[in-house]
Amino acid sequence: MKRLFILAVLFSSAPVLAVDGMAILQRDCAVCHSLTGPAAQTLKDAWSRKGPDLFYAGNKYRAEWMTAWLQKPQAIRPAGLNYGEHLKAGVKGDEVDTATLPLHPVLAKADAVAVTAELMKLKPHDDLISKEKLESGSISKQMGEMAFDKFYGCLACHQIEPEFGGFSGPELYTAAQRLQPEFMASLIRSPQAWNPKSWMPNKQLTDMGIQKMVRYLDVIGKESANAK
Amino acid sequence: MRNRFWLLALIFAASPLQAQELAADNYRAYCVQCHGMEGNGKGVNIRDMAVQPRDHTDAKSMSGRSDEALFKVIKEGGPAIDKSVLMPPWGDTLSDEEIRDMVLHLRTLCKCKFGS
Repeated sequence: MKRLFILAVLFSSAPVLAVDGMAILQRDCAVCHSLTGPAAQTLKDAWSRKGPDLFYAGNKYRAEWMTAWLQKPQAIRPAGLNYGEHLKAGVKGDEVDTATLPLHPVLAKADAVAVTAELMKLKPHDDLISKEKLESGSISKQMGEMAFDKFYGCLACHQIEPEFGGFSGPELYTAAQRLQPEFMASLIRSPQAWNPKSWMPNKQLTDMGIQKMVRYLDVIGKESANAK
Repeated sequence: MRNRFWLLALIFAASPLQAQELAADNYRAYCVQCHGMEGNGKGVNIRDMAVQPRDHTDAKSMSGRSDEALFKVIKEGGPAIDKSVLMPPWGDTLSDEEIRDMVLHLRTLCKCKFGS
């Protein structure tokens, strides 16, 4: 009888997770994604990675976006993670060889929820995140775009709407849907603090410049979400 | 003696890799996106750029830039030599030594020297 009671307590206190997110991560995801770090310290290592590092996923992504994306994955980087592997010579210059871009596996809802829950626990860079203090404020789309393009030159590598901007960096009209605002601020402040071999340069933005860019990404992120 | 050798070998193998990259690899990683696989200024990103990237194979224009100017523009970005903001500063990505190597690499691409 006592044993039955203990069993009952065990079952009632256990999280009702039929799916083991960590098991899925280790079985299916670790092949392409680093779940333990550290970030690549050499180009050879960086080029060998087939998917974005996930060992700081809990510092980086929005959970609700991650769960939805895993069920319906779509390309975020127009030229893939290692853009150099997906180029071909075109008439006007280099082009993305879209046939070589890999597709991400689709997860069932329960798996996506379980995997997201595990990923959100991975927070080795709370130190970097805690340095970012975002103040409320607004910026017009026009002013934001001017700074983004003309003052900082970010448009060289990033698209701010579908089919407008560069190809080698991730699309940014969905950045605010995907990423935590403090992560965006921290990455702009120092891409190399997150990934020493990052393709993204440190543009040496001021605190105010970083705040403006995070607000701008929020503006175009909301616009993009509303357009869907 | 033998033990000491292995100890040193281990220390080097395990040290955080501030290893210097080859200039050709750094070029492939960071420059190709705008300056192109062939270094001809026709990189994958150029479609919507207001200012087109430098053609590194153009001996005429590249010989007009001193090694010091090339070092400065790589480290500090286009505005440091009154050029486009689209050329970013790579000073936090590449070490000074890697930038010096990159200047030499650019000279092999243009097959030129300053003032030649």
